Amino acid sequence: MFEQIASAVGVMVAGVLACIAYFWLSNKMLDMAFPVRDGDVMAASQSLRRRAMVRPWLFVGPALFLLVVYLVYPVVATLILSFYDRGGQNYIGLSNYQWALGDRDFRQSIFNNILWLAVVPAACTFFGLIVAVLTDRIWWGNIAKSLVFMPMAISFVGASVIWKFVYDYRAEGETQIGILNAVVQALGGNPQVWIALPFWNNFFLMAILIWIQTGFAMVILSAALRGIPEETIEAAVIDGANGWQIFWKIMVPQIWGTIAVVWTTITILVLKVFDIVLTMTNGQWSTTVLANLMFDWMFRGGGDSGRSAAIAVIIMLAVTPIMVWNIRRANREMGGH
Amino acid sequence: MAAAVAQIRRIGLPRLIVHLSVLAIVLLWLFPTLGIFISALRDKDQLAVSGWWTALSTAHRTEVARLADPATQKQEGNLYVIAGNVWEAGDARTIDSFGTRIQEPAAVKAGETADLGEGETLQVNADGSYRYAKAEAFDGSRGRRIYLTVTTPPEFTFDNYRTVLNSEGIGRAFINSLTVAIPATIIPILVAAFAAYALSWMRFAGRTLMIAMVVGLIVVPLQMSLIPLLRMYNEIGTIFGVPSKTYAGIWLAHTAFGMPLAIYLLRNYMVGLPKEIIESARVDGASDFEIFVKIVLPLSFPALASFAIFQFLWVWNDLLVAMVFLGTTKDQIVLTGNLNALLGSRGGNWEILTASAFITIIVPLIVFFALQRYLVRGLLAGSVKGG
Repeated sequence: MFEQIASAVGVMVAGVLACIAYFWLSNKMLDMAFPVRDGDVMAASQSLRRRAMVRPWLFVGPALFLLVVYLVYPVVATLILSFYDRGGQNYIGLSNYQWALGDRDFRQSIFNNILWLAVVPAACTFFGLIVAVLTDRIWWGNIAKSLVFMPMAISFVGASVIWKFVYDYRAEGETQIGILNAVVQALGGNPQVWIALPFWNNFFLMAILIWIQTGFAMVILSAALRGIPEETIEAAVIDGANGWQIFWKIMVPQIWGTIAVVWTTITILVLKVFDIVLTMTNGQWSTTVLANLMFDWMFRGGGDSGRSAAIAVIIMLAVTPIMVWNIRRANREMGGH
Repeated sequence: MAAAVAQIRRIGLPRLIVHLSVLAIVLLWLFPTLGIFISALRDKDQLAVSGWWTALSTAHRTEVARLADPATQKQEGNLYVIAGNVWEAGDARTIDSFGTRIQEPAAVKAGETADLGEGETLQVNADGSYRYAKAEAFDGSRGRRIYLTVTTPPEFTFDNYRTVLNSEGIGRAFINSLTVAIPATIIPILVAAFAAYALSWMRFAGRTLMIAMVVGLIVVPLQMSLIPLLRMYNEIGTIFGVPSKTYAGIWLAHTAFGMPLAIYLLRNYMVGLPKEIIESARVDGASDFEIFVKIVLPLSFPALASFAIFQFLWVWNDLLVAMVFLGTTKDQIVLTGNLNALLGSRGGNWEILTASAFITIIVPLIVFFALQRYLVRGLLAGSVKGG
């Protein structure tokens, strides 16, 4: 045990030190390559200029390298691979996409993904907004928020175990140890194998992601609500608006932008959802989604990089509009700087 | 009652509804996790037969026991007696009642004597000792079967944790997870901080393009990267004759995948630092390296902390990247991977799953509650302003 820890610490320190050494040494070497000596003003200013030209690249170099190798190149490579056969050797045009359109699992995945997209972002935003509004008015609001926010820290796998225990099924008449079936039985219903119920099981999986992400929506929306100018609400109160009207007609329109951000952030997350389906059902009982199908094809029967890549490209296409929107917004913000 | 009504009137009904609905939501959100925490501490036999919400109440169960066989009978006066204890020594369970027919396992209270007819009597005490008497000698070769209603006190134990830490590989996986998560948190911070500084305070060609690229890459799904990287790692492995699944490999992968958000968050923060400080340092002859290390880095601490928490939680909780870039052998499998494997192999053993899940989620939960302030700040910086 001690040996393991010691070697783990050793590897960690080495990794981090190597990184620090790069930045320190490269900057040192740059200063040495273009020395600045007293007296020779011309040479000194030339050295400084050269340093200023090279140094930004020393700073962004590692980051740029990682971004290109791990993100930019793979995006292009995946796109290309999606037009090739299973081994990535022969060009087969759009065959992988044609296969996808006809494949039953693929259609099921698309259907499920759309279902997730329709339910999860809406539910998270809705619950998040409600909790944010309610907790703002009570003295123990921060504790409540903290507890609703807590699942954010739990891994999807951990959350899946937690919820699998909630959904646990024992035959009718036995003592149920899963709380959902216990409640159903106490109310006189029949216990169900929730994660195997066709169609509805999707919603039981979605509940997990909603449970995790509502806290995120709540935190962001709560901050936005605090940013609403006090005067607008006071004016509405003076004009005789009730709580309901203030909420829908004064508060919600003012945080519309934030709601859109929360919605899109969760949408991206939903498109990539993988762990929950893998651990809860492994795609059985018609619960598979695109990310899981892609993972399956990556390793199934030795792997089919073409089909797998085609599925990845389809996920990518789905997030592209959001990506473009983000870049345009960021550019606009920088223009204002 | 009257006081309560007065109280409600003072708070106002709408207020009360707000309090109650928040309470309901919080309980709903807390309940699933609570189930894991409590179950992991319960005795595994109790866990398998009763809901965790009954953990504190004593359980009543019907059990079958067999009296000692007739060979052990003794003669006391004109009675033949079989005596003994239905429990083995050291059993803490207490008997509520007993019976001789399965339809009536609780026919007689413990300590009382049951008349079984024809001069046969049976007395079973709460501690399990019994006395079975009859006017004639007992015959047959097997002891009589009786039914007991047993009360079991709630039992809590750390045994489940001992089991998973030692024999289910969770202890080793914990160390593996730390080995992945700590460098995969520190390295991206360093790399991204330097890049963010350059992107906010240094002038060079292609700066705007790189910022746009970073923003765009934030949302690129991981799935787009996996296949080419998997091939690349395998090729590098074969060309250089090194294993393709290494810790260094996953650190770099996590560093790269966290990079867009890291640069974005840190740049947003660094751009907002006061211009005068940095320019006066430049005038004093400090190089960009010195300005960065001595001025910008300390000032950016809140943003660095926010990102560190994000990245740590993301890496610790990740399953996909670990499945692709690390092996599943004992010295490489991480907690999430191990837990996923246990779900397959130990699907019904809730004592193992709950204890393993607890160990998997406890570190992020501690980080979360200790540093929540920074996490919230990071979320706001990352989301309200951008993607």
